[in-house]
Amino acid sequence: MPSQPAPDLSPQVSDEVRKTTCYMCACRCGIDVHMKAGRVAYIEGNRDHPVNKGVLCAKGSAGIMQHLSPARLRAPLKRVGPRGSGEFEEISWDEALQLATDWLKPLRDTAPEKLAFFTGRDQSQSFTGWWAQAFGTPNWAAHGGFCSVNMAAAGIYTMGGSFWEFGQPDWDRTKLFLLFGVAEDHDSNPIKMGLGKLKARGARVIGVNPIRSGYNAVADDWVGITPGTDGLFILSLVHELLRAGKIDLGYLIRYTNAPYLVNAHEGPEKGLFLRDEDGKPLVRDRRTGRALAWDSPDIAPDLANGVEIGGVTHLPVFRHLADRYLSPDYAPENVARRCGIAPSRIRAIASEIARVAFEEEITINQPWTDFRGVKHASMTGRPVAMHAMRGVSAHSNGFQTARALHMLQILIGSVETPGGFRFKPPYPKPPEGHPRPHAGHSPGQPLDGPHLGYPLGPEHLLVDDAGQPKRIDKAFSWDAPLSAHGLMHMVISNAHAGDPYDIDTLFLYMANMAWNSSMNTSAVMEMLTDQNEDGSYKIPRIIYSDAYSSEMVAFADLILPDTTYLERHDCISLLDRPICEAEALADSIRWPVVTPERNVRPFQSVLLDLGARLGLPGMVRDDGTPKFKDYADYITNHERRPGIGPLAGFRGADGAGKGRGSPNLDQIERYIENGGFWIDHIPAEAQFYKPWNAAYQDWAVSRGLYDSPQPYVFNLYSEPLRKFQLAAEGHGHRQPPDHLRARLIESMDPLPVWYPTFTDAITDRADYPVHALTQRPMAHYHSWGSQNAWLRQIHGHTPLYVSGSLWAQHGFADGDWAVLTSPHGRITLPVVRMDALNPHTVWTWNAIAKRRGAWALDPSAPEATKSALLNHLIHELLPPRGDGLRWANSDPVTGQAAWYDLRVKIEKAPAGQSISYPAPKAQSSPLPAPARDLAHQVKD
Amino acid sequence: MTSLPPPSTRKLGLVIDLDTCVGCHACVISCKGWNTENYGAPLSDMDAYGESPEGTFLNRVHSFEVTRDAAPPMVVHFPKSCLHCDDAPCVTVCPTGASYKRVEDGIVLVNETDCIGCGLCAWACPYGAREMDGAEKVMKKCTLCVDRIYNDNLPEQDREPACVRTCPAGARHFGDLGDPDSAVSQLVAERGGFDLMPEQGTRPVNKYLPPRGRDTLQMPDLASLCETPSSSGASEAKAAGFLGWLDRALEKL
Amino acid sequence: MHPAPSLILFTVLSGMGFGLLVWLGLGLRVPTGLAAFILFGLGYGLAGIGLIAAAFHLGHPERALKAFSQWRSSWLSREAVLAVASLLVMAPHAAASVFWDTPLPLLGWLGAVLALATIFATAMIYAQIRAVPRWHHWSTPPVFVLAALAGGALLAAQQTLALWLMLALGLAMIVHWVIGDQRFAQARSDTGTATGLGRFGRVRLLEPPHSGRNYLLREMVHVVGRKHAHKLRVIALGLGVVLPVIALLLPAGYVIVLIALLAHIAGMLAQRWLFFAEAEHVVGLYYGKR
Repeated sequence: MPSQPAPDLSPQVSDEVRKTTCYMCACRCGIDVHMKAGRVAYIEGNRDHPVNKGVLCAKGSAGIMQHLSPARLRAPLKRVGPRGSGEFEEISWDEALQLATDWLKPLRDTAPEKLAFFTGRDQSQSFTGWWAQAFGTPNWAAHGGFCSVNMAAAGIYTMGGSFWEFGQPDWDRTKLFLLFGVAEDHDSNPIKMGLGKLKARGARVIGVNPIRSGYNAVADDWVGITPGTDGLFILSLVHELLRAGKIDLGYLIRYTNAPYLVNAHEGPEKGLFLRDEDGKPLVRDRRTGRALAWDSPDIAPDLANGVEIGGVTHLPVFRHLADRYLSPDYAPENVARRCGIAPSRIRAIASEIARVAFEEEITINQPWTDFRGVKHASMTGRPVAMHAMRGVSAHSNGFQTARALHMLQILIGSVETPGGFRFKPPYPKPPEGHPRPHAGHSPGQPLDGPHLGYPLGPEHLLVDDAGQPKRIDKAFSWDAPLSAHGLMHMVISNAHAGDPYDIDTLFLYMANMAWNSSMNTSAVMEMLTDQNEDGSYKIPRIIYSDAYSSEMVAFADLILPDTTYLERHDCISLLDRPICEAEALADSIRWPVVTPERNVRPFQSVLLDLGARLGLPGMVRDDGTPKFKDYADYITNHERRPGIGPLAGFRGADGAGKGRGSPNLDQIERYIENGGFWIDHIPAEAQFYKPWNAAYQDWAVSRGLYDSPQPYVFNLYSEPLRKFQLAAEGHGHRQPPDHLRARLIESMDPLPVWYPTFTDAITDRADYPVHALTQRPMAHYHSWGSQNAWLRQIHGHTPLYVSGSLWAQHGFADGDWAVLTSPHGRITLPVVRMDALNPHTVWTWNAIAKRRGAWALDPSAPEATKSALLNHLIHELLPPRGDGLRWANSDPVTGQAAWYDLRVKIEKAPAGQSISYPAPKAQSSPLPAPARDLAHQVKD
Repeated sequence: MTSLPPPSTRKLGLVIDLDTCVGCHACVISCKGWNTENYGAPLSDMDAYGESPEGTFLNRVHSFEVTRDAAPPMVVHFPKSCLHCDDAPCVTVCPTGASYKRVEDGIVLVNETDCIGCGLCAWACPYGAREMDGAEKVMKKCTLCVDRIYNDNLPEQDREPACVRTCPAGARHFGDLGDPDSAVSQLVAERGGFDLMPEQGTRPVNKYLPPRGRDTLQMPDLASLCETPSSSGASEAKAAGFLGWLDRALEKL
Repeated sequence: MHPAPSLILFTVLSGMGFGLLVWLGLGLRVPTGLAAFILFGLGYGLAGIGLIAAAFHLGHPERALKAFSQWRSSWLSREAVLAVASLLVMAPHAAASVFWDTPLPLLGWLGAVLALATIFATAMIYAQIRAVPRWHHWSTPPVFVLAALAGGALLAAQQTLALWLMLALGLAMIVHWVIGDQRFAQARSDTGTATGLGRFGRVRLLEPPHSGRNYLLREMVHVVGRKHAHKLRVIALGLGVVLPVIALLLPAGYVIVLIALLAHIAGMLAQRWLFFAEAEHVVGLYYGKR
């Protein structure tokens, strides 16, 4: 037999590995970029990185194709055709920046609020917000309002943090994991890694999701819940746990406001906590029966009984809670139909939670001391962990549903205890630890404070004396009092309507608002192109920065082309949305591993340049020259507070500073040497019970997370919510408009509550019987994947997945198309049968559909011909209901866009249907057509 | 050499855990990236940005739905690449000897410079593990990252296939399935690993681990599990019972 | 399987060419001079055209010589070796017949055996593919061999022989179809065994791995409607066998033979198209195509 071939088994993998941070989604994994001959040859996960520990998802590995995308913009562009046409001419950076300065300078000098600056999946929000504050406009935010603000706000108000960047399950110890809602694109690799750990141990995973795909496919038990009823299901679990007494009373007494006495006197204080002269909430001491300050030494707080003052009995929070959720309204039998879950299953899940929490408790022999000074010999945990994301969040009852979920976690004592849910520094941070929102603007002056924050009562709303919103997106108004992330999805419609006021320039970054990042896409495109009688545009000027030829590009007047993520500096900052782990503080950087060969510039450097041209405070020296050369210079030298800067690692002249320290000129170099990130582990005694652990509080102060220890208790009962309710009941100086009173009273309940989504409440089941959802494929992120030669082959179109029962009911067959109709629009898509789906639900992939001509794709691409966005079916307002008002299609607490409330009618499309609609007119591409075939190999 | 070598004692291969795979396609793209840059010709993508893109992939993830009579339907994500069969029909059909099974570890490879692109090996494979490259016109297949697992230029811990290294959920395992004591063999034994299409007689080296039982949660009613604070009766009585329990429980704290 | 025109042409034409050479080698007809030139030319020409067509099917025809190396294990390699060997061995016999009117029976006989083996090897390329159950059966080689021999006999204007061979071919085709229709089920491969998930319930493809196309689907998944297939079978049998048989029963004549030949070729092209198009590869199970 002849000898076998001898291939080279040890080829040189690369000339050099450059370690930076991925930007293929919001997960921010560490990547090893293998370079050959100065070019990017291969990308894999960084084994040392705290987020991904070497693994990398499909998007991350396909980064090379994003970096080489034919849709990359090449030079600044000035619009020459009508808006929306995509007709541009290339201009120089000098001209582009001069133009932007000429537009913005007069605004700043006369009416800074006429600039609306909104950023999309921006990972430099602390920087862009700082810039907007210096400019003086109140109109800045990123895309959170569109995304998951319900989750974030409910978490902060309830317990000082939520999921994802706020915290994570204790993957190494948890024995039962409940996953609610769509979660496949947020925290993507850590969740997969965590699920892998659970699976390796054989721990049980329960998935609560109308669709059994992705993570729910590997769930041991799947609960195919009816969309919008998660809150009711959770409260039924709470009902069962209370009924069985399977709650952690010791935890509730020590770490929550369960014992706080609630004022029962009629009047403006009703429902607020009883407090002593120092303002400390009172609890009933079981031994003496007296009301004492909650943190009095040696107190035995009561949860059951109240105190009588002035002839009125003031009951503790827990008593209110028990009274409410023990109601038969929440009994499994009474929620089963609505949720689409059999009562026996609800009971089975409740009992499994109880069994694992209380019969498999975990003890770690690690002494620790609480903030009261009490020493504990060990750390005890209830190993039930939960995670939720946009699936519960993007409903008009999402805020209260997320609150309910956190309440469930807290009742069983599984937050910040071993095996449960753990915060990631700088969280936990209660609402009091965050800033309040600001909108005080005046010509030529910076804003009076940070834009976004957490209102603690009506006094913090951004409304004028007449109750009119101060922000263009109406964030922090009575429409959406706790809109902590702003309301990006309302900006264009409000600006178009001049409500609450006209703006001049809409400045967007990395936000595909003319397409998949807006509700009501078709109408948004019209608003962007709508003209006054004199031919001027309703929204006079639009500046847009993006790296790629997205749909939004076609609607801008001036394009500032950004670089790809491998060509730029960035910092994943503790001031922003950090990458910390439950056991460590961490941040990271991006740095230019290659230099762009196009005439493009990193957006943040451009913004600094623009800021200097406008003379914005903090961006120019006294002599008027630019203070920062570029974004890297800013990252190194900017200080938010003395000693606190964008990067926490290697601070101080010697680079030894952790969290605090003067700027270090070698800081970025040190990050690069360290693999692109910095990590600082939390001491063992500070690993759990973070809100109440003295060692953690001290450590957090030493790292600059707080300036003083800030222990607090969890808010089962939310006093700020009650304050809004009181206002709606007519108390206090600042009053909501009358038409909002009833809704505020319902939705601002200080205890978690469930109500049907607004769409469900007003929609006749006979007209629109079907729920329609979108999911993000794990291999795509927003609209980006379709320009990626590798990823677009995986998901190149958007079939409509139809439940088995709907399939049979409508007589669908393979190859058929369906027409989906909502009160607002129609789309058509090819159908696919799926049985592992809630029977009343259809779904499709999100953000795959593209406008013809965008993203350098061929106009015949399936993304344009066999795909449609559900966005066309979703209006930012609910249909008129005859009261003369148009109600927002969003959560009434936070303003979060209620994506998943969508209800539709489904019909079989006429035979012969072979193309999706709506199909807007093509935009022309400012880029040359790419080569047809691709075989990319970097040869040495 | 298209005759199969005598069975090797070392049988390198993959164990794929269908209980754990979330269907994220990470392995698909990591494979695409590594093998575009390494072993042989790059994996091309024809009509890459057009109406009908068609690229070469050595590993793809299918999704199957399993409907059951007495339980909710299951969805199983199903990654599939070359199984490096002991009785590899793709090897023996090759007219040029380009396809071969390595004597020392059983990896099935294509020597691209000998491949005439007849496609017969792809026909012979029941699993669809071989794809003819649209640009290069030679047969491409999973190499088990033979240029990683023995690569002296890689750190020891990285000497595993790219798909295994990247899998976020840890659903892919690499090792010697010829050694009954290896971690992968143990896993196969413990979890009941199985062959795909055993009736095809290919004797695959790669094994699949079945999904664990799904939707088995049938716990007793919660009430039977504990001292019930409130078991029956009207809601007021329930609440009263609850308070009594609460009082006693607080007393014990 | 994708019915590639190059393969259909190759197997039909080259089969007939080798079939003709079999008869010429066996001396069933002993032409000399011009007649020999025409007949051997036809045999060599058809075999050659077929081989060239087959080469078009290759990604790298310039490396085709390498295909002669693996005759020990590969039927494709054997086919190549046998084809060339039979053409080479037959060459002196042919040349001697054409130029010196002196057939060389020994070489002729040897060449005929090799030509027959070539046809058989072609059939075995398909019959060995277990992943295509319809092909992987003893009934496949008879179709190829009988088609080649019947076609060859027609070309050689051996009417009686052709008649009997045609009838045998018709039978072989019917047997191949009837048995073939059960082969996939007999192979016991289904989505359950393909995924190993059959033990849990009824398995169905939910989502293909890629929404984009791939080589496997283009090459190995070809869905023919049952009605369509039935029609084509009638055409294949009618043109390929019945019509030639009727023609052959008529009084002998070149026109008759020509008609029979053209009908037979057309029928065989249909049969061969169906041979590929109807053959289901088990890989289709991974793509929900069955």
